[in-house]
Amino acid sequence: MVKCFLIHTLCPVSTLSAKESRILYCRVFEPMDQLSGMNTDIIPEEKRLLEKEKLATIARQVQSTCSLWREARGQPSVEPVLGEEARALEEADSGMLRLPVGDPFPEEHFLLWLGVHALGFSMVCQADDNLLLAEGTLRSLASHCLESLRLLAPGSEVLLKSDRIEALLHHLVPHGQLLFINHRFAQSLDKELTACMAK
Amino acid sequence: MYAQGTESLIKQAREINDEELVKFYGRISKLLLNKDYGNETVDSLQRLHLIVSATKYGRRLPSDLLEKLQALLCSPGSSEQLQVLSSSILREGLPLSVAKLPIKDLQDSRTTSYVASVILAQAKSKAELAELSHHLLKAVEIRQPDVQVCRHTLPILSAAIRSSPDVLMEDHVNLVNRKLVDWLRYASNQQGASMSTGGFFMGPRARQPAPMNEVDGAVAGDFFTVLCVGQSYTEDQWMNMYAFSMLRKWLRTYDIEENSGSGAAQVNRVQFTQPFSDDRSEVDGSVMSMVSATSSSSRLLPPKERLREKAFEYCQRLVEQSDRKAVKKADTELQKACLVEAVTIMNIICKEDPSFVYRAFPCIKALYSRLSGDLAFSRVLLPIAQFYLNHSETAAVDSEAVFRQLFSSFPAELFNEPMLAFEFVQFCRTNMAVLQESMPLYGQSFPNLLKFLAWNSPALVSEYMELLPSLLAPSTAIELLHSLLDLPCLAAVLDLQLRSASYAASEKTLWDSGGSKAPSSLDAFRQPHYRGMFLYILRPEAGTGDTIDRLRMLHDILADMVESPRVVQCAQTVPVLLHVYFHTVAQFADDKLINQLVLVLLERSSLLMDIKNYQTEVQRVFSSHLLALCKLHPSLIMEQSRELLDMAGSTINIYQKEELYTHVVWAIGEYLSLSHDARCTVEHITSSFETLEAVLFEITQVRQSASAPRFSPRLVTVLMTTLAKLASRSQDLIPRVSLFLSKMHSFTCSAPVVACYSEEDREAIVTRAHELVNLLKLPNVAQFVLTPSASGDTPRWHRDTNASLPFAMRALSGLLPKHNTFLTG
Repeated sequence: MVKCFLIHTLCPVSTLSAKESRILYCRVFEPMDQLSGMNTDIIPEEKRLLEKEKLATIARQVQSTCSLWREARGQPSVEPVLGEEARALEEADSGMLRLPVGDPFPEEHFLLWLGVHALGFSMVCQADDNLLLAEGTLRSLASHCLESLRLLAPGSEVLLKSDRIEALLHHLVPHGQLLFINHRFAQSLDKELTACMAK
Repeated sequence: MYAQGTESLIKQAREINDEELVKFYGRISKLLLNKDYGNETVDSLQRLHLIVSATKYGRRLPSDLLEKLQALLCSPGSSEQLQVLSSSILREGLPLSVAKLPIKDLQDSRTTSYVASVILAQAKSKAELAELSHHLLKAVEIRQPDVQVCRHTLPILSAAIRSSPDVLMEDHVNLVNRKLVDWLRYASNQQGASMSTGGFFMGPRARQPAPMNEVDGAVAGDFFTVLCVGQSYTEDQWMNMYAFSMLRKWLRTYDIEENSGSGAAQVNRVQFTQPFSDDRSEVDGSVMSMVSATSSSSRLLPPKERLREKAFEYCQRLVEQSDRKAVKKADTELQKACLVEAVTIMNIICKEDPSFVYRAFPCIKALYSRLSGDLAFSRVLLPIAQFYLNHSETAAVDSEAVFRQLFSSFPAELFNEPMLAFEFVQFCRTNMAVLQESMPLYGQSFPNLLKFLAWNSPALVSEYMELLPSLLAPSTAIELLHSLLDLPCLAAVLDLQLRSASYAASEKTLWDSGGSKAPSSLDAFRQPHYRGMFLYILRPEAGTGDTIDRLRMLHDILADMVESPRVVQCAQTVPVLLHVYFHTVAQFADDKLINQLVLVLLERSSLLMDIKNYQTEVQRVFSSHLLALCKLHPSLIMEQSRELLDMAGSTINIYQKEELYTHVVWAIGEYLSLSHDARCTVEHITSSFETLEAVLFEITQVRQSASAPRFSPRLVTVLMTTLAKLASRSQDLIPRVSLFLSKMHSFTCSAPVVACYSEEDREAIVTRAHELVNLLKLPNVAQFVLTPSASGDTPRWHRDTNASLPFAMRALSGLLPKHNTFLTG
């Protein structure tokens, strides 16, 4: 099951230091502390702060891994423009990392990332998830986000229209569950999504 | 792509002042109170979401606003967009009492799901999750036409049990097991008429619905699975898809064989050829696939075992269906994911109940033969290999071919696929112990396995730090060390291999490194003359030789790649891997291996690719581990004395590898003594002394034309101390060394040295020289101080007064005149 999904920057941001990444959207499916009795005396604000800090470390990790990957690959990429979502996705860099126990979550997780020019899409999965399915799902999410939020154009829709991403996640990854959907199931879900956002 | 406007928007959201915020909250409250759900409300809610989520510190929403948002969320009349917005705001904002959400009253599937997302995020106790699960399962259990089963029931349950599996009671688990069987195995195999077909148990439509199709367009051959396509789907088909999606997790959590209790149920496995009919368990369709024909009804099995059986059949069907050529690319990708999942689930089932192994293997073997030639399915081969690893012994099936392909061909052909590389490495990590113990091919294949690392070092280095000990064996330890040192070479050669494959030979002029006589690395890669070297680096298995003679030539050929980012990144990961290597090898190396290792250290310290900082870093690692090796096997100084003195005697080594040189000299001083090796004679000591004396003399010559020293002061003091140590063991040498040391003062006062070294350093040299000279005036004390006995490493000083150095020192300092100092440096 997916633990969290992030959209964040992969380019330098003027108000942050060079290695930091601005998180534009994040959705956590599993609360950070297990209900096994750990950390029950932490107040909600602290819990939330801890959660946000952990997500920030993940975004930074993806940024550095992606930049190293791009450096090694060597070919400079052309910045895609609005309308070229399919090409942007095809040329996107991608990779996987392991997040060991304690760094930053109590259990081991895997981090999948997709770098579409200056934007990163990251998904943290559990250690025994189907990574092939997760990769396909991440690409599908990225494709939907790029189109419905016009991410290739300068604009702030990713912040103001985040309910679209919420709805997308609710249908494609309900409560963090990765789904085995063939193209017909996907079409049905797309129809539901369009109906939801049209109002 | 990323605009400045976005930054300022975030800043605004974070820095909105309290007054404005309260006004904003008030405005939204009013809109919601008036049930005004127009564009302005939607807009405001979107902004509210940004405000609560933009800051990591959390915002407390006023309670009346919270109430209104909850009401908006729970009202089935709200549009989905409003439910999305309200649930996301409630999740992000603080505080929330889950108890206030009227979960019991919710009927509508969509509303239930959005409310559940809030509960799952904010639940503080298992009881709250249990209540949610209970509510969902009640609808499943009741089976009334007007009670809608929430479509997301299974994902919600899956999320709830993730936090703690005992959220569900045993009877709930059994209920879910039974329902999963129904949904997985007995879902309708006809296409749904339209999207608006509501209710779970609608009767058959007046018009005959069309059957489902397979992904290649043919009519579906057996029961419905996620690989069946149709115009639209019925509710139970949706549940089939959700059920399969969470099946693995469910089986892992609840399908655990208990030793007591349910063991009796195992015995009552009755095989029927004809299933009982039941409104949910008819066998549909006249076309039977292999799966249905061989399935057992297993009606008498307890729910858990029955689920296992049906899950197994589902997986077999998926494997069959994946043989079809899908019309759509998305479905081809899904087939691969389904194969991975099916094989993994079969593996889980076989682990719980080994009797399934005999049924599973024919299927898995056939699948392997189908896929083994196709690199596009490489990622599917990993779970297949895992299956073989876990069960081939049980079934007495030969797994050699599978692992030979895995270790011999995958890394060589697919090193540049990051996802496969990652999963491959995880496979090795998960099964490290078994592979190391019972699969010699694994350890032998390290040259191949290192290819993944060489290509993508930053992402994989931490994995390899864990894997490396399992690849280390006494017989191949030296070869592995050479391979690690040449990892950047491997990265370069892999790059050449890829480039060479993609560019025609006629374009070679493009790669000519302008004007130089030496061939470019890409040209060299294609020339038969150098083929042997490249083939060695790219070899798949160990055992053909530790390294090659023409290594220097290879490094020279690859000189145009030393600044390639991939090579540089690779070089940066080598030192940490060397540390792991040496720590591991120290645990099992015998004396012979240690000697060989030291020779490799000496030889390779200057035989490395000329990448920036690479030599320095490697030498640093070598230096620290040289000392560790000496400590393990002090006699190595004697046994390798010729090579060590060759190294120590050449001043070029000072300038090329000062750190290592310094450590070698120190080691000689420390361990070349009778107490560490009985074969040490006066001749050995004298010859070492003379070698080092000559070096020290050469580098400290005071001449007007001398240039500034290109070595650190520490080297001088180590040389001096080592000479003193050797002299203390062969006391004829004492006068010589004392004379020499007394000249050190003039060395430190010479102009080039004054310009280069700091005053502290120069004073340190002089003080040390002085101390050593004083110490050597009392040869027996010098011997005691400068050559502690071998048991000095495990001091019993506080127990054994005879061996107690502090006591001896104190006694002596009391006896001797006050102006002598006995500070040993």
